[in-house]
Amino acid sequence: MTNPTQGDQLADLLRGDADELIRRWVGLAASSLRGRMTEAELDRELREFFAVLVDALSTGSRDIKDDAYADARVLLEELSRTRARLGFSPSETAVGVFALKRAVFELIERRGNDGFREVIALSSLLDDLGLWTFEFYSRTREEIITEQSEQLLELTTPVVKLWDGVLAVPLVGTLDSARTQVVMEKLLEALVESGAEQAIIDITGVLAVDTQVAQHLLKTVMAARLMGAECTISGIRPQIAQTIVGLGIEFGDITTKASLADALLHALRRAGVDVVRRRNQAV
Amino acid sequence: MERVPILKIGDVLLVSIQVDLEDQSVVALQEDLAERISSTGAHGVVIDISAVEIVDSFIGRMFATIASISRLFDADTVVVGMRPAVAITLVELGLTLGEVRTALDLEKGLAVLRRLGADREVRIEVDEDDEPVQAFS
Amino acid sequence: MTSPAGERKELPIRRDDDVVRVRQLVRSYAQQAKLSLVDQTKLVTATSELARNTLTYGGGGVADVEIVADTRRRGVRASFIDEGPGIADVELAFTDGWTSGKGLGLGLSGARRLVDEFNLTTEVGRGTTVTVTKWGR
Ligand SMILES: Nc1ncnc2c1ncn2[C@@H]1O[C@H](COP(=O)(O)OP(=O)(O)O)[C@@H](O)[C@H]1O
Ligand SMILES: [Mg+2]
Repeated sequence: MTNPTQGDQLADLLRGDADELIRRWVGLAASSLRGRMTEAELDRELREFFAVLVDALSTGSRDIKDDAYADARVLLEELSRTRARLGFSPSETAVGVFALKRAVFELIERRGNDGFREVIALSSLLDDLGLWTFEFYSRTREEIITEQSEQLLELTTPVVKLWDGVLAVPLVGTLDSARTQVVMEKLLEALVESGAEQAIIDITGVLAVDTQVAQHLLKTVMAARLMGAECTISGIRPQIAQTIVGLGIEFGDITTKASLADALLHALRRAGVDVVRRRNQAV
Repeated sequence: MERVPILKIGDVLLVSIQVDLEDQSVVALQEDLAERISSTGAHGVVIDISAVEIVDSFIGRMFATIASISRLFDADTVVVGMRPAVAITLVELGLTLGEVRTALDLEKGLAVLRRLGADREVRIEVDEDDEPVQAFS
Repeated sequence: MTSPAGERKELPIRRDDDVVRVRQLVRSYAQQAKLSLVDQTKLVTATSELARNTLTYGGGGVADVEIVADTRRRGVRASFIDEGPGIADVELAFTDGWTSGKGLGLGLSGARRLVDEFNLTTEVGRGTTVTVTKWGR
């Protein structure tokens, strides 16, 4: 959105020495990225940003929240997002903006200090834009972290088939409420898909549970029952048993077994399978 | 108002809920089922809810009521095909289904009824051994 | 802070089939707001309970359903508004299993467990408004 009639000083200043500025800017940015991006790539990216920035400045506005800066903001958001995904650090990401400041200062210095006031304005504007990149950078990082923890959840909570009609989820590590909920849903879905009527939740590898987690386990068992399947919880360590009792949680008529092996035997029996050891077989 | 059809297959009444039922339809189904249980002497009721996306306390109460009524006629009620999301929600809602039996699908539901029916036969035989029979049809 | 994120609709609750329409509207908004299947089911179930209360106890009213958003997620908010008798003892009404009618007494308490935000205002003789919100994860 250009407004040529207004003749903005700052925009004119940048436009006047555009090539020199951009060259210096790209150089500064490239050196702090130490080869993680080529100068050609940077040149293309920064040139595009330069163009929309100058357009915005020439409207006379100095507030990055203004409509005039919409394109600039979008470009920076994209830039932050790709940098974050590529594993750049926050400063490697923001340097793209801050390096322009240095390039402009150097230019002014060489020229004598006319336009000092304008440069201060530009400086704080670039600070704001820099913060904007930070903001989007960290937002993207958060997204990445959430995605990864969800992927990890998928990986760490496999539902395995132990026998025809018997499924198990061996849980390992720390159970939090979110993870327990994922397990719950996954197990119930697996019951529908496989038609298994027996499920075992094995918590031998679980170090601790809190009230919420214990409640979720209970609810899983109850939901499975509503669907027509039976759930056994196995491998409750003594400490966890104490927690459960201490918390006053009623495990009621839910079947619990000391070990996964016991639970499997129980589930098989319920499924109508008898396990018999041959008499002539040595133990 | 939708009226849910009730099929009779052997001595089992089969209801398959396919649409989002308004309360009146639920009440009507409950009345129809009660009537059919008493008039047919069916030994089991299967309610297939695999197509049902939500069960609230109104429908839930219907299941429990049907189960109680069928008990009076020595019949069992099996609700089959409840979706995981529905089951999780019902648990959170705090609903229990009383004497309702459940099974993963129709086939397993019928198997549950057969098992219960077999129990019933055994029970009658034992009674007959104990003392001379008073036969009920 | 939340702001409207587009869709919003008001539906009357005068008859049984209006409750079905409320469920369907809430379902479609919940899908648009990208709630998980379980969360959709929980929300639709909660609103089904509340809409029925508006009809049976509030003497009818309206449902106001909208998609909302804050900085990081979207959600669905639904209000149920009636100008009925109000609730004299709110604590009692929230007690699991308590009903002044023929229900299971799980509507209010259960709905509160199924949503992320629950707000009830009521005045005897003037009416009741219940607002619930469920957010995407
Ligand atoms: N909108 C309302 N207006 C007046 N009373 C209400 C309203 N909603 C709920 N109540 C009261 O709260 C009680 C509990 O409601 P709820 O938990 O939904 O159980 P139920 O619907 O099974 O009675 C109702 O029996 C009724 O007395
Ligand atoms: Mg109610």
